[in-house]
Amino acid sequence: MTAAAMAPAAVMVDRVSRRFGAVEAVREVSFTVAPGEIFGLVGPDGAGKTTLMRILAGVLSPDAGAVALDGIDVRAAPEQTKLHLSYMPQRFGLYEDMTVAENIFFYATLFAVRARERRARSAQLLAAAGLEAFSNRLAGQLSGGMKQKLGLVCALIHTPRVLLLDEPTTGVDPVSRRDFWAILYGLRESGVTILLSTAYMDEAERCSRLALLHQGRIRALDTPARLKQAMPGALLALTGPDPRALRDALAGAPGVLGLLLMGDRVHVRVDEPEGRMPALHARLAARGLAAATMARIDPGIEDVFVALLGSGAAP
Amino acid sequence: MSSCIWLPATRPRRGRDAVSPGRLLAIAFKEILQVWRDPRSLAIALLMPLMQMVMLGYGVSLDIRHVPLCVFDQENSQTSRAVAQRFVAAGWFAASARLGSDQAVHEAMDRAACIGAAVIPADFSRRLDSTGGSPLQIVFDATDANTTNIAIGYAQGVVALISNQLEARWAAAHGGPATRAGMVDLEPRVWFNEGLESRYFIIPGVVAVILALVGAQLTSLTVSREWERGTMEQLISTPVTPFEVMAGKLLPYFLIGIFDAAFCLLAARFWFAVPFRGDFATLLITTALFLIVVLAIGYLISVRVRSQLGASQVALLVTMLPTTLLSGYTFPIDQMPAPIRALSLMVYPRYFVTILRAVFLKGSGLAGLIGPVLGLVAYAVVVLWLAGRAFHKRLD
Repeated sequence: MTAAAMAPAAVMVDRVSRRFGAVEAVREVSFTVAPGEIFGLVGPDGAGKTTLMRILAGVLSPDAGAVALDGIDVRAAPEQTKLHLSYMPQRFGLYEDMTVAENIFFYATLFAVRARERRARSAQLLAAAGLEAFSNRLAGQLSGGMKQKLGLVCALIHTPRVLLLDEPTTGVDPVSRRDFWAILYGLRESGVTILLSTAYMDEAERCSRLALLHQGRIRALDTPARLKQAMPGALLALTGPDPRALRDALAGAPGVLGLLLMGDRVHVRVDEPEGRMPALHARLAARGLAAATMARIDPGIEDVFVALLGSGAAP
Repeated sequence: MSSCIWLPATRPRRGRDAVSPGRLLAIAFKEILQVWRDPRSLAIALLMPLMQMVMLGYGVSLDIRHVPLCVFDQENSQTSRAVAQRFVAAGWFAASARLGSDQAVHEAMDRAACIGAAVIPADFSRRLDSTGGSPLQIVFDATDANTTNIAIGYAQGVVALISNQLEARWAAAHGGPATRAGMVDLEPRVWFNEGLESRYFIIPGVVAVILALVGAQLTSLTVSREWERGTMEQLISTPVTPFEVMAGKLLPYFLIGIFDAAFCLLAARFWFAVPFRGDFATLLITTALFLIVVLAIGYLISVRVRSQLGASQVALLVTMLPTTLLSGYTFPIDQMPAPIRALSLMVYPRYFVTILRAVFLKGSGLAGLIGPVLGLVAYAVVVLWLAGRAFHKRLD
């Protein structure tokens, strides 16, 4: 236990800032990720997730601050950190005019993976990703989900210690996402540290810890459970035939802290759920919306996010 | 694809900053696959040299054959007809028409029916017989001054020939000294290109020009392709070093370049029948040297310009004009004004044009070519040094 406590953080980010012209993409961001964690970066577009990922991957330099992977300073020894790192950029970064097998071979060779190990790992990873049948297909002819899984296979061909995934499952079908996460869980078991950014709240919930990023700053950082506990107020789910009308009806009602349209229902954040429910019912009835049902629910990460940042910042 | 024949697996810890042959070859291998599957690159690699060899090889010629020549024979005697016939017999002129008046000559020139007209005076034979000499006028359309100059040269040759024969005849008829022609025996001899074939002179230059253009085009796509297709970001997150990227990317194009060079040189020797008097080693060494310069320049452009189209345009612009104008492959450098001559020292193909001509026609070896070879070596060192520093594993 003490050895684990003394081991350096897998990822250490210390007051990192980066600006592009007038835009401060990342502002004084600090956090650490322990070995074996799945750490999630959540935030709306333009929050600075990709910039932060690129800085961690050593392909972009920060203007200020320090980044260390496995105790090695990324700025001082970028090439050394790259030996134990895998980075999957947001945009598909493999060669579309090369086959699945050729891409794997290429990345295995760049990381000096022995031939025998390459064959064994590639067979195992392709099976896990459901890509065995596509070895000889050009990467450009794979579906979006298969491409992302191939990206993961190439990223894992050399046993990285830290895996950086920038929105790896955006545009990926549910089945492929399930395969994807099965592989990630398997990796966590073997002690690989995973840092990923995601726009999907259900994925955010699967992370061991989450950083909510907004306008280049971290607004909250904790486990999903504790983030939800820390949300100010409580949540009511409102269901009815016309969710938009329901939302508009409760806008500005006393005790309502926030309203969020979630598909066919409305999440109402209130300061005191039991006490406010009768008044809210009455207000709806007065507007001809008495058919609506109202129930107390546990908040999701999205609710926490919106509560922290305002509805304009929904990821 | 046989994948694991030439790649030794290495321990991951190795190769922090050291060059890893495995990574270098992986880049080269990938590049070969990509060129093979990219119609555009393949066309540049294989079709462009062929097309340019045909176009430049046949299109650029300083020789003039069958210059259309009108004859205005005012005398129409046996002698005058023989004179007119001699122009055609030499092969440089084609008698297009016999005309009957000055007016007709003017019209024929206006219609471009001929660009030269031989005007034989009415007293041609009589003056020859009485005085041993007669004027003969040749009028040229000098709109195309270059062609005209060459045609005038040919005409002078023909006239000198005729005049020699007539002198000999006159001397024999008048019992003078046996032959004046025999006494002044001027026999011009041209070295290296005995037939004065401009083809021999131009084709080696054409090969140099093609390699300069094709080589830079090839590598101009190589780095810009990675930026454009979004593969660069992932590539630079791996331990591959900038040197491995450069060497790995230049290697396949070097092989393609050698292939193209062999194709062009063989075409020069066997299709265009340019005599080859040099040795193979000199040819190989200088060609390799030139390819390194050319490919590294394309690579430099590719690193700087992040789109394929842009890089290819820049490469075309940077190589095409200086190469065609200042390499001396058609326009002789020693006839340029001094500042332009100085500028041409910067134009690397000029060294290779000089080398190829000398190797083909004079049979020069490395020792005899020390000047242009050193020029290329200096260029290669500078360009490789710049190329090695140009690429950074950074997005910004």
